[in-house]
Amino acid sequence: MSINRRQFLKRAGAVTALGLGGSFATIGIGDRLASAASEYEEAPNADKIKHWAMVVDMSKFKTEEDINRVIQSCDKIHNIPQMDNSKDEIKWIWYDDYEHTFADSENEYLDETMKKMPFIVMCNHCENPACVRACPTGATFKREDGIVTMDFHRCIGCRFCMGACPFGARSFNFRDPRPFIKDFNPNFPTRTQGVVEKCLGCYERLENGEQPACAEASNGGLIFGDLSDQNSEVYKIVSTKFTIRRKTQFGTQPNVYYLVGGGDRA
Amino acid sequence: MYKGGRIIASLVVFVAILAFPFFYNLGKANAGPVINVPTGSQCVEPVAYMRANHMQLLNQWRDEYVRQGKTVYVNSQGKSFNINIDTCLQCHYSNSSTTSATAVSHPAVSTTGASNPAVNTTEASNSVVNPSDQFCVTCHNYASVEPTCWSCHNLPEGANQ
Repeated sequence: MSINRRQFLKRAGAVTALGLGGSFATIGIGDRLASAASEYEEAPNADKIKHWAMVVDMSKFKTEEDINRVIQSCDKIHNIPQMDNSKDEIKWIWYDDYEHTFADSENEYLDETMKKMPFIVMCNHCENPACVRACPTGATFKREDGIVTMDFHRCIGCRFCMGACPFGARSFNFRDPRPFIKDFNPNFPTRTQGVVEKCLGCYERLENGEQPACAEASNGGLIFGDLSDQNSEVYKIVSTKFTIRRKTQFGTQPNVYYLVGGGDRA
Repeated sequence: MYKGGRIIASLVVFVAILAFPFFYNLGKANAGPVINVPTGSQCVEPVAYMRANHMQLLNQWRDEYVRQGKTVYVNSQGKSFNINIDTCLQCHYSNSSTTSATAVSHPAVSTTGASNPAVNTTEASNSVVNPSDQFCVTCHNYASVEPTCWSCHNLPEGANQ
């Protein structure tokens, strides 16, 4: 039996229609199954803030002990590895001297105590974060509460964000961090080789209505709050006292304010 | 047939080589995963839904939690669950030492094949993570799927540290 051109085209058309129809049907069923009737809700005890901000009161950081206590509390809670060389180092909160913290306002006649004073530094959770603009996958983004956070599932390790951040607040996992975690906290995930990481603003503690770990350990040296709330302590300090921020010339609008002159210099 | 004997002999050898994997694995590869979940309790959604869609649900959970800040999942029956991988582990993970005592085999799925050596993951980074009798691990090994959850997330009591 032979078929002519007309019959061949008819049959080919019928088979194509069957195939397309079948695939649409399966896609449709898949979609319906994947979205069962369900809802997502926010944490009941969450500290609902709109503008994450931190004030560093330098008068409260007198000794190295004050600073190390704060850094260690963050390292412990967030499973930050202690690497043996500075290239692989992972930093969420650390300290640096005046020259490197406020590079734009350094001068050679600066008073010696200020020059040598260790400044606590961390991610500034900027209003216009350069890292977010640089990230090609949307792994880094700014949350509604102002925290500049990371979705580690999406990070491809390109390190554009590290180049974009003026504050050096981002670290890359060149090695598997797990063997280097000294004091493991099972309640917080670790990171893996090949992703960038940074301070996440203690989103997991704000969810439970707690203070960020560094603020809690600082004995009042780090004051955390909501800058959009005019009754908050951070708003009162920032709006009435003289504070400085790091590298404002880049226009990122950092949200960590340094109260350098102590409590009484207004 | 011209050189028929050689052709037929070669064909026999060819078919034998082609069929070798089937005979070699005969009776070995059909061992099912170990399903050791507590009976009488329901997962966050009905079993049939979870079996087909748990990966999509996990991705939804991840996106809602990480990107939208939603921490609670209310399922189709109105029950609330914390969006956390620990919520899964409460039922789907038990230490290998306690597994046999606490876990009851799921009636719907075959529980044979716990001793199949092929399901033991030998990957260096995961060798401690994957006690071979764990629900997620055996199923994923059986289906030849390698999720990377545990390279960051923690098993209870830091079992993967």
